Amino acid sequence: MRQVIHILKKEFNGYFISPIAYIVISIFLLITGWFFFTAFFIYNQADLRNFFVLLPIIFSFVAPAVTMRLFSEELNTGSYEILLTMPVTFRDVVLGKFLAAVAFIAAMLVPTFAYPITTSLLGQLDWGPVVGGYVGAVLLGASFVSVGLLASSLTRNQIIAFIIGMAICFSLTLIDKMLFFLPQSWLGFFEYLGADFHFQNISKGIIDSRDLIYFLSVTFVGLYCTHMVMEGRN
Amino acid sequence: MIHVENLTKYYSDLCAVDCIDFDIHKGEVLGLLGPNGAGKTTVLQMLTGFLRPTSGSIRVKDLTIEENSLQIKKLLGYLPEDAPLYHDMLVYDYLDYVADIRELRGSKKLSRIRYLADICGLHEVMHKPIGELSKGFKQRVGLAHAMMNDPEILILDEPTSGLDPNQIVEIRGIIKQIGKEKTVILSTHILNEAEATCGRVLIINRGKIVADGTTETLRQAGSGDYIINISIENAILQSVEKELTSIDGVIETTHVDNDEDVLNLKLTCRSSRDLRGEIYRKIKETDWALLELYQETQSLENIFRELTTEN
Repeated sequence: MRQVIHILKKEFNGYFISPIAYIVISIFLLITGWFFFTAFFIYNQADLRNFFVLLPIIFSFVAPAVTMRLFSEELNTGSYEILLTMPVTFRDVVLGKFLAAVAFIAAMLVPTFAYPITTSLLGQLDWGPVVGGYVGAVLLGASFVSVGLLASSLTRNQIIAFIIGMAICFSLTLIDKMLFFLPQSWLGFFEYLGADFHFQNISKGIIDSRDLIYFLSVTFVGLYCTHMVMEGRN
Repeated sequence: MIHVENLTKYYSDLCAVDCIDFDIHKGEVLGLLGPNGAGKTTVLQMLTGFLRPTSGSIRVKDLTIEENSLQIKKLLGYLPEDAPLYHDMLVYDYLDYVADIRELRGSKKLSRIRYLADICGLHEVMHKPIGELSKGFKQRVGLAHAMMNDPEILILDEPTSGLDPNQIVEIRGIIKQIGKEKTVILSTHILNEAEATCGRVLIINRGKIVADGTTETLRQAGSGDYIINISIENAILQSVEKELTSIDGVIETTHVDNDEDVLNLKLTCRSSRDLRGEIYRKIKETDWALLELYQETQSLENIFRELTTEN
């Protein structure tokens, strides 16, 4: 477990050494800020629905951008060999990198606390959905990060890792919007697969075990597959 | 210390390492020699547990690589070819991270990093990003990385490739120093290096071991022919060749070149005796003036070429 923390620390600091962290955070804040505040004064309602509604789509490309280098860069430069010949297990490496990316996503969300705070100054804000929304955002972030990590472990090219990760995350986000193409009997199943569906439930302030299980299982599957890819590589 | 048995590695259909057996004892400096693509790096990667062998077994002390890979990794220090490090990190941060992973704490960690910075000469680059360092410094950072846990077994893959002659001497010095107490395995295709640093040499070709022994025994294992060079003044080529080939053991004389009046000849000899005395006495009988006479040691290069090209 100590090794996980060392790897986490190294990867998390690594984000802030390279410009990637600053670029991703600025783009994230710019997009969410723009979409939130342009609609905010039109609706004239003191809530954060507009912010949370867009979050799954924004995370679909932010999370893979955060994770794309985690394995691809190591495979490309060959430092993967150095990493794996130190006394660490595959599990330590996967968990360390995963937690670093989740911590980064969480750090990225911190500046957005400005939205509920300003909103609460302007009107009566219901804090329930806000707390639910942030819990949901971290869970959503964790599942997308695990998908992005898997994509990164598949290739030594960061751009390909980003595109694969983004494609999977977008599919998970949009799958429940495509339901009208499908036969009636499949609806329930495909709706359950949709990340957006579960996220919107949580962001209403209702923390339901079905939604929790969904996010945790996506995360688990992503991490487990990453582990398998690493084992299969040599 | 290390016992390798029937080690085989296939990359899909390509056989990189073919049924290799060898033992490495404590305190040995073993050189793994071979042409490019012979399987040196693959052998080293399997020893470190990075690659899984297709078949065969590796035992380090009483540990096997399949069951105790974590314990084995704790005993090892490994420097991969070209020292692939994290380019964004500062040297100090990197060594600090490696020390953390190697479970060094507090003052022990600091003193270890300081010690390694001393012997690898890293003080001046400690606060530079690794990506900005010259190749020699990167290699030294890699060496410091490999020695962080004071490993019992140090594995170095082409530790001096791409370095300038001064740096090569420095790195060799470090390796020799470590080799006094630890087991060192290094791969190289530079023969002088193996000669200068390794007590024992293993020559690999196409995934098979073709020679194993000290550089001395390898020399003797060569064809047994050796060469004597002579330079003679005041003589005619034909008569010199006639006289010298009459000595028992001299197989062939080759005329190298004529500079002015001096004849330079190479004599190929096959004999268990030293023929230099006889050659001298033969020349003394005539009125030729002997300017030079010396025996060429059979170079490791020749042996290497013989062993790695014949099949």
